[in-house]
Amino acid sequence: MADGEYVLEARGVLKIFGNHVALDTVDFGLRSGEVHALLGENGAGKSTLIKILTGAYQPDGGGIYVDGAEVSLDNPLHAQTFGIGTVYQEVNLLPNRSVAENLFLGHQPRRFGFVDFRRMEADARVLLANYDLHIDPSSELGTHSVAVQQIVAIARAVQLSGKVLILDEPTASLDRNEVERLFEVVRGLKAKGLAIIFITHFLDQVFAIADRVTVLRNGKLIDTRQLDALSRTDVVRLMLGKDIAFSGATDVEPSETPDEVLLEFKSYGRRRSVLPFDLTIHKGEVIGVAGLLGSGRTEVARIMFGADPADQGEVMVNGKPTSLRRTTDAIRHGFGFCPEDRKAEGILGDLSVRENIVIALQGKLGWFRALNRDEQLEIAGRFGEAMDIRAASLDMPVKLLSGGNQQKVILSRWLATDPAFLILDEPTRGIDVGAHAEIVRTINRLREDGMAMLVISSELDEVVAYSSRIVVMRDREMVAELRGKNINPGVIVQAIANHTDEAVA
Amino acid sequence: MKRSLRPLAATAVIFLIAYAVSVLQFPGMLSTRVLGNFLTDNAFLGITAVGMTFVIISGGIDLSVGAVIGFTGVLIAVLISWLGFHPLVAFAIALGVAALFGAAMGVTIHYLQVPSFIVTLAGMFLARGGASVITQDSVPINHDFYSTISDLIIRLPGGGRLSFIGLLMVAIFLLGALLAHRTRFGSYVYALGGNAVSASLMGVPVARTTIQIYMLSSVLAALAGIVFSLYTSAGYPLAAVGVELDAISAVVIGGTLLTGGYGFVLGTFVGVMLLGLVQTYIIFDGTLSSWWTKIVIGVLLFLFIVLQRIIFAASAPGEESPEKV
Repeated sequence: MADGEYVLEARGVLKIFGNHVALDTVDFGLRSGEVHALLGENGAGKSTLIKILTGAYQPDGGGIYVDGAEVSLDNPLHAQTFGIGTVYQEVNLLPNRSVAENLFLGHQPRRFGFVDFRRMEADARVLLANYDLHIDPSSELGTHSVAVQQIVAIARAVQLSGKVLILDEPTASLDRNEVERLFEVVRGLKAKGLAIIFITHFLDQVFAIADRVTVLRNGKLIDTRQLDALSRTDVVRLMLGKDIAFSGATDVEPSETPDEVLLEFKSYGRRRSVLPFDLTIHKGEVIGVAGLLGSGRTEVARIMFGADPADQGEVMVNGKPTSLRRTTDAIRHGFGFCPEDRKAEGILGDLSVRENIVIALQGKLGWFRALNRDEQLEIAGRFGEAMDIRAASLDMPVKLLSGGNQQKVILSRWLATDPAFLILDEPTRGIDVGAHAEIVRTINRLREDGMAMLVISSELDEVVAYSSRIVVMRDREMVAELRGKNINPGVIVQAIANHTDEAVA
Repeated sequence: MKRSLRPLAATAVIFLIAYAVSVLQFPGMLSTRVLGNFLTDNAFLGITAVGMTFVIISGGIDLSVGAVIGFTGVLIAVLISWLGFHPLVAFAIALGVAALFGAAMGVTIHYLQVPSFIVTLAGMFLARGGASVITQDSVPINHDFYSTISDLIIRLPGGGRLSFIGLLMVAIFLLGALLAHRTRFGSYVYALGGNAVSASLMGVPVARTTIQIYMLSSVLAALAGIVFSLYTSAGYPLAAVGVELDAISAVVIGGTLLTGGYGFVLGTFVGVMLLGLVQTYIIFDGTLSSWWTKIVIGVLLFLFIVLQRIIFAASAPGEESPEKV
């Protein structure tokens, strides 16, 4: 097939949500027989583009072309009739039904008006054999591993559409062997001439399977390139848009790391979540965590806080071995955790600012030492002032506050418990500049007060500004630890992208 | 054994044991007469429970069925006794009204995204209120057709009688099982209960299926209302109060998961029979208050909900994968 001849093409696609331009005249072309990786950080517009290509969204401008002819895709089912099939990260099948029924639902073979189970299962067996999958088609789908379910989903999508296959983060919950198994399937389909779009956060996987790559950033097309001409660093640079030439070493003096060890994690990890890591955290130290989205940053935080308990390794708090099986264990040891998704996991929207601030402290005190209203007001007032929370009243529902102020409320909540170790996951995401500066100032102040912190952030400049050390995550593995003068955004980008065959700066 | 079959197997075993115990105590319970009456006395409950099974498998609930039985009874009685319609015409009208009623509930549930609990609760008040507006009193039905139907009986050896309505219930169960397990509609019902989002992405006509499910439930409830009027030869606006809860109990005891996605129509049959057995036992005993029925049903329900939790938690999806990837 000649260059420029695309099976599926988006030309100048525009999508606007309210005032926000989610996709700004993006061009995208997919050839048959290729695996085309689509990359970009959160909010880059990947999922918007995919939803337009599958008909879930309608573009506000530009057009979609299948085999050179313009089409209008009403919904994913309609897209299927043009040969476009999609497999999502969350297996969108029916765990309660048989494998065969999942393959053929809506298209079951019938005899005398009734579903012909014998034929359906025979067909399923033949179909699955193409994928080297030998399972009982009458078995319940939910009893199989996620990897098998993914392959069944792919088999269904290919069976029903057969021209374009969109894989939307299919590997997010698979382990390495399972990913390899899935890739064999993808390679087989590619050899059969299918056009495949592959979305993932794992760069290793992109290099393992993709032929071309398209990078989006802030709703704009950055570039579409042949992958073999690119290095990892190039790709990360395209995604993050960081010019590596810039400097900006840490402000934090490499103060000969404070000697008192607070926490020690040894081969600490959790299956399917984070590979075992070692990390020692001292009092008065801020550990920055850098890495691409999906690299395991948040998972590290959740393991440390006991939200997803570790299943291997050990942890010592103040030199004593202990276990963090539940969040209450962590809170007892004086941990605090401000999660990434403020709305879903952080604030209690309908409760007042005051109640939101005292709730963790009350949880720590237990049922029998209820804080009375005056105590609550005193505590909330103290932090409201210290953190400069802009609320008309401490009794107004916290959901009415701006994002930055909500973040300060959550921070106050944990500070009220006087924590020894505070975990902040993306504390500055989606908040205004003023609140941003306030939070960075608070982090610096707390460090000087001797608190240990772990801060996860996508803003490299910001991580550099307050971290004493930075650990870098890649593909669920802690791959590097940077300290002192070593730290600048350029080095971090290198470390994120770094692969054995590339030299470290 | 498939894990979804386990609650059903448990119900069947419990039924057999309970029946054996009852027979040991009251040998009279092992007779074709008692078995025949089992079917006749529970016919209206069984027919209602078939519809309820579909609703619950799809992940919903239908609280309106008892009221629909009451409304249908009154409507039929009024049409026949006051307005002189032939019973068959009255039946057709009643079934048609119920179909529209069910469709309206299905439309509300799907298009307005209102929980089925609320919508069918409203439906329950509407139907019960409607019946009471038509008449406050019991309206007797004296029609030759009714006597003819009552005389349609197959006599069994040992003095047992298989009535028309008992056989009708058995037929409805068989048709229901066929519909649930052997048709595309059936697979769509299970799909909705498994994961409605996946189902719509897989091309299940969610709107149509939802509406059909509630139509089916209401039509079967109306049929149960017809059966009830044949059984009592009258229409009474307060008839069958609380039958929706008995039907739900029978469905759950029969091994259908309240959260949807798993269940068997024939399991519901065992559930209905088990409820019938409890009642018959209490009648045979003669000294027990009939409220003991409720207590036993409560205990059974509780037991089955716990049992299902254990079975479905013990084999969580993806945890045990027999094949090697």
